[in-house]
Amino acid sequence: MSNTPLVQVSSLYRYYSQACAVCDVSFELARGDVLGFLGPNGAGKSTTMQMITGNLAPSAGAIRILGIDLLDEPRRAKLEIGFLPEQPPVYRDLTVDEYLDYCARLHRIERRRRAAAIDTARERCGLTGVGRRLIGNLSKGFQQRVGIAQAIIHTPAVVILDEPTVGLDPLQIREIRGLIRELGRDHGIILSTHILPEVQATCNRVQIIHRGRLVFSDTTADLDRRAQGRSLLARFLTEPDAGALQQLPGVERVELLDGRRARLFFSGADPSEALIERSVSAGWRLVELGGERSTLEQIFIDLTTGDTTHHEADAAA
Amino acid sequence: MIFTIAARELRSLFLSPLAWAILAVTQCILAFQFLSHIEYFLNIQPQLAALDGAPGIADLIIAPLFADAATVLLLITPLVTMRVLSEERRSRTLSLLFSSPVSMTEIVIGKYLGVVGFFVVLIAMLALMPLSLLAGSALDLGKLAACLFGLLLVMAAFSAMGVYLSSLTQQPTVAAVTTYGLLLMLLILHRGSGLSGHESGVLGYLSILEHYEPLLKGLVNSTDLAYYLLIVILCLVFTVRQLDRMRLQN
Repeated sequence: MSNTPLVQVSSLYRYYSQACAVCDVSFELARGDVLGFLGPNGAGKSTTMQMITGNLAPSAGAIRILGIDLLDEPRRAKLEIGFLPEQPPVYRDLTVDEYLDYCARLHRIERRRRAAAIDTARERCGLTGVGRRLIGNLSKGFQQRVGIAQAIIHTPAVVILDEPTVGLDPLQIREIRGLIRELGRDHGIILSTHILPEVQATCNRVQIIHRGRLVFSDTTADLDRRAQGRSLLARFLTEPDAGALQQLPGVERVELLDGRRARLFFSGADPSEALIERSVSAGWRLVELGGERSTLEQIFIDLTTGDTTHHEADAAA
Repeated sequence: MIFTIAARELRSLFLSPLAWAILAVTQCILAFQFLSHIEYFLNIQPQLAALDGAPGIADLIIAPLFADAATVLLLITPLVTMRVLSEERRSRTLSLLFSSPVSMTEIVIGKYLGVVGFFVVLIAMLALMPLSLLAGSALDLGKLAACLFGLLLVMAAFSAMGVYLSSLTQQPTVAAVTTYGLLLMLLILHRGSGLSGHESGVLGYLSILEHYEPLLKGLVNSTDLAYYLLIVILCLVFTVRQLDRMRLQN
């Protein structure tokens, strides 16, 4: 059982009339993973999350939660999922305690364990002081916390959070991030966000989805290594010869961007000096040279804008 | 699980002033009607005493009272059912139920029973009025039971239709308007079929009141029962399908 991935998504498709909102998405979530789901608006993040939580039926593909097929046995599978949608699904006319009690009942927590479960969820989400207040009178940040409390009250194996920090102030964001890291110790977490530093701060894996397809998947540890700076970006006034660039010492691969700009991936010593010498002797007229750090932000922008998408995706894989 | 959802539905109804206002206003109107029926009965009592096999309290007070109650129900059901599902869709709270380990059928039946629970309270309060007559007179309890049973059936059918129409839209007002339309249509059918002289035509069969009147007279027919149960089951099945379709098409 411990080897079974918490979530196993295989070739998931979802069509809205003709448009393919999610195309052939497959991934797994292992125990202890905090997976950051990135993508521009409308890329299919929310759609994917809604499918994993059973809010939306996939057009094709399979979803397994702890090895239980979500479509065949939705009740058993859903017991192991906690979901916070983009808008927290809270009833404004209930108090926090009443609401959490209702959620606990819905998730079939036995009567004698219910009070303890509510207490734990309230404590973990910093809601201890507001149990008797109406949810409608709470601030956005507290409502968001109530939403998270609802998602973890039945201690599910997987917690899925759709943009958990939207609309919060910096202090609250920090608290929620801390909470997510803490939850990550005993739950598997998938969270979607637009805030890139958030992913680096909280996640140990990153996936980027663009136009319904997974275009990037990596661990944050590897990303950090990439961010150490292992590439150069150079601009010339005359078009350089790619073959000649390739032959510079230490250069592993050359990418010509628009004829006059080139990206050089290198290993070992920095080939800047050799490049400058070569440029002078070959008359490429080098006008710009800089070390490149492929931060997550850069990767994100490269992957989700322009037509370099597929090329970059291959490079990323 | 069904009862958890039903209890929460009932609670949220009573958390809003709407439910209390409806209960109060309905009770006032029906109490007034009740008194005027009693007055009428007292006025013609001397003549009735001379008749052999004259209609009693049940026929002259209870039956007309319950006929009035059905009309009042028609006016208040849409107000109660309009937000049952549409509001949840609008405020996006439906995803709490969808991601919980409950089936669509449980959600729908739970919601429906919540609404029915509210109307049971309303009808119970209404039933107190004829029961109060027991203090000063003999009462045909069989007929009263038939009337109550009939009103419960009418209410069950009205609520089911309201719940279904509430699942079709995100706007509670649209749900209310369509429910009014449907209920009034079923009422007009009765009138229309009466005018043209086809008392037992197909349209007449569809009429809600056509099946209510025998019950008011104390006649419990299986056809009338079947009619109301069919409406309830059909509407609830449609609602389940509608929720499933929302999951498929969003």
